[in-house]
Amino acid sequence: MLDGAETYITEDGRTIGGTVMEMRNITLRFGGVTAISDISFDIREGEIRAIIGPNGAGKSSMLNIISGFYTPQEGEVWYRGSKRPQMKPYEIARQGVARTFQNIALFEGMTVLDNVMTGRLTHMHASILSQAIWRGKAEREEIENREKVEEIIDFLEIQSIRKTPVGRLPYGLKKRVELARALAAEPSLLLLDEPMAGMNVEEKEDMSRFILDVNDEFGTTIALIEHDMGVVMDLSDRVVVMDYGRKIGDGTPDEVRSNQDVIDAYLGVSHD
Amino acid sequence: MEFLSKVFIDPFVDMVAAPDFLMQVVWEGLVSGVLYALIALGFVLIFRSSRIFNFAQGIMVVFAALTLVGLHEVGVPAWISFALTLGVMFLLAVGIERVVLRPLVGQPDIILFMATIGITLFLIGGGELIFGGENKRMITEELGIPTGSVVLEPFGGLLILEQKDITAVIGAVALVVALLAFLNYTRMGRAVRALGDDHQAALSVGISLQTIWVLVWFIAGIIALVTGIAWGSRAGVSFALEIIALKALPVLMLGGLESITGAIIGGLAIGVLEKLFEIYWGQPLLGGNTEAWFAYVLALVVLLFRPQGLFGEKIIERV
Repeated sequence: MLDGAETYITEDGRTIGGTVMEMRNITLRFGGVTAISDISFDIREGEIRAIIGPNGAGKSSMLNIISGFYTPQEGEVWYRGSKRPQMKPYEIARQGVARTFQNIALFEGMTVLDNVMTGRLTHMHASILSQAIWRGKAEREEIENREKVEEIIDFLEIQSIRKTPVGRLPYGLKKRVELARALAAEPSLLLLDEPMAGMNVEEKEDMSRFILDVNDEFGTTIALIEHDMGVVMDLSDRVVVMDYGRKIGDGTPDEVRSNQDVIDAYLGVSHD
Repeated sequence: MEFLSKVFIDPFVDMVAAPDFLMQVVWEGLVSGVLYALIALGFVLIFRSSRIFNFAQGIMVVFAALTLVGLHEVGVPAWISFALTLGVMFLLAVGIERVVLRPLVGQPDIILFMATIGITLFLIGGGELIFGGENKRMITEELGIPTGSVVLEPFGGLLILEQKDITAVIGAVALVVALLAFLNYTRMGRAVRALGDDHQAALSVGISLQTIWVLVWFIAGIIALVTGIAWGSRAGVSFALEIIALKALPVLMLGGLESITGAIIGGLAIGVLEKLFEIYWGQPLLGGNTEAWFAYVLALVVLLFRPQGLFGEKIIERV
């Protein structure tokens, strides 16, 4: 048990465990602009946690805090039961937090396979010397990593483009490759920044299916940002709703849907 | 008519008439070309991993060579000076990353470029202060590099290969092979390539920007030292060496900024072509000394037809 939270079983039979990550009273300012003010929420083991909100609500900033790209002025981040000190993004990645980006950050010049292999960097430990002479540990490691990567490539159905340079792929596939790279790290927490932005209906359905499968098959804890309400409600176990840097709702999709503040934020409200 | 024949016929007649001399010219060109390629390689490595156009690569060659010779002058044995110079280049890499690159992360490319000009001036000033400005002799023999020559007799003629040039070529090839193996087959090498493509993405898969930057600047320092030894043993060690480093610019224009293959082929091509042009066209027709400008003109012509260089990445923008 990681925290006080009770383990429970969802309707579709998945086990949701204790708290993996907890944000406590996070405030983030850029100069005089407060992007996030005093937000707290938690992410539990095995769940799909969504952060939604209109444009400019501070969703991406929140994800950037979790992955270490931004440092909040106030508040604490708790990871696996202990307070996380200030860390660099690569250190957080090595702790098992993988992510994708809103505007796709792939290594365009490298093939799909090489891109996904970079996701395994945190799992490679052989020294430069042993890699140079290509023996024993290094070789074993490379083979193991390669097997894992192939498994993920199969899983996300991108076998046919394994050797294609990423720069040549269409947008939807790039998003999928980025997901593959994040998965290759076998993360204990996977962060997805608008995984379905800019996709058509069919691509969105595919991506939703992959996200659900990843969660189901690997038991990966997922936190995702999305502003398409419909998609999020079907996908997630619990939802945080943000608006103008504040948290206006937190709970199951049904709870959130019936929350008056959320309805106001999304549909607008007449101030009369 | 006579002029046309001097340009288009006579040089080739000369080449065929004295094939041994032609081979000598090509060899000399290749040796310079290998050194141009090495310097260009230093540029490419840093450009690929950080998008910084490192103007200081040339002065790093001089600085490395001066440190090596300077240490030997104060009585340190040759090989120990070599190892110490490697240490100095490592400290330089750490220093540059700490003092110059880290505070400038995320700044526009041109700012970082200006910063490397700053590094250049700093190294020139620092180098002169410590080692003085006069020309020094490279400690070629002391490092165990053979200095005799090999005489071959192709086609009944005469071909003289200096042993130190042969050593330089072998050393350069070994360095390039090691570098390619490192970039393509090791975890760190993969990280270097990844970092060049996308900093954010690299951070998100656990690559440390700082570590990799120190690493590539150190490798560039090693390349600089090898280049410095090779060139210094031909022409002595002085700040004039920096001029030859500027030759890396046309090499890069020719080969493309991102391509290791481009740097190598560009370097060799410029080395050989400028030597051939000088001997067969420059001296008889233009009064010689064409080597000073030929490479730049060649690069300009290539730019007209392939702005990204022969092996560079074509930039395709989706609209």
